[in-house]
Amino acid sequence: MSTDDKQKKVAAPIATDNWQGAVSDWGADKQVFNMPWGKLMMWLFLLSDTFVFSVFLIGYMNVRMSSMDSWPLTSEVFALTIAGYHIPLVLIAIMTFILITSSGTMAMAVNFAYRGDSRKTVLFMTATALLGASFLGMQAFEWAKLIIEEGVRPWGNPMGSAQFGATFFMITGFHGLHVTAGVIFLLVIARRVASGHYEGKGYHIVEITGLYWHFVDLVWVFIFALFYLW
Amino acid sequence: MSQITNKEAEQMQPKLHPISLYLKIWGLLFVLSTMSYLVDFFEVQGILRWTLILLFMSLKAGLIITIFMHVRWERLALKLVLFLPPLAIVVFISLMAIEGDYTFVNRLLSFISV
Repeated sequence: MSTDDKQKKVAAPIATDNWQGAVSDWGADKQVFNMPWGKLMMWLFLLSDTFVFSVFLIGYMNVRMSSMDSWPLTSEVFALTIAGYHIPLVLIAIMTFILITSSGTMAMAVNFAYRGDSRKTVLFMTATALLGASFLGMQAFEWAKLIIEEGVRPWGNPMGSAQFGATFFMITGFHGLHVTAGVIFLLVIARRVASGHYEGKGYHIVEITGLYWHFVDLVWVFIFALFYLW
Repeated sequence: MSQITNKEAEQMQPKLHPISLYLKIWGLLFVLSTMSYLVDFFEVQGILRWTLILLFMSLKAGLIITIFMHVRWERLALKLVLFLPPLAIVVFISLMAIEGDYTFVNRLLSFISV
């Protein structure tokens, strides 16, 4: 056994990652989760947020199943006419691609942070925030069009089931609120990375911000499938 | 339990993956999103539509969680915390589906005069 191995054994006896390892993580007299507390707290927050969004989507499923009127055709409600072509759901598709792209840039920001390249980290975080902001702009456009042109209200709409407006504004509004918070979060952290605040402290905060941002994208995947496409 | 020292925090850093991994996953997510959009564009209906939508949704969610959020490289202790509680959501979905169906049938019986 080399000295290197010996040192490892003394310093951190980390059990293998299987069921026995999980038992030992919980049972041994040590910190259960092998991560900074901020990251664990973000995971717990995201878990609770999962429940919030699930309850919204379950409520939407329930009112849609029990509605006597026909549900408005989302494909048509969210269609746009661009250059003379009538394209169904096009704005939502673009918003989906933008959010996925922002998730990609965020993943790279985290990677560059752990490489210690703070310049590229700031660059990619700013790009992520900008993409998030453009998503919000499109959402504002979509809401304005729905409210002003289509006459959709939380209590009714001309296209069909009255619950459409209530669930739409609730679900996409709450998601948009998360994106807004995410953009602010990203900009604040990017600024602090740029000012060298995390040098010597480590860049876990970038990964934590990333977890939040990926979660916002994750929620959109479910909203896109269950609300817009269903 | 003591606070984590800087040295220990350094050891917790995830293994660095090449940037190409993220580009590949990004590409896959693009393809999957396009495919789920095409389901709507070509107006696929019925069981096939719902199956495809749910399939693409799960694949996208899976990629984001495992790769982008690095859950694949986390320990089982965390995975259990993340994936066991949502089982309650699955139960809730089935309960509310039954409830929604029941409400609908009752509305039919009560409000539609034959």
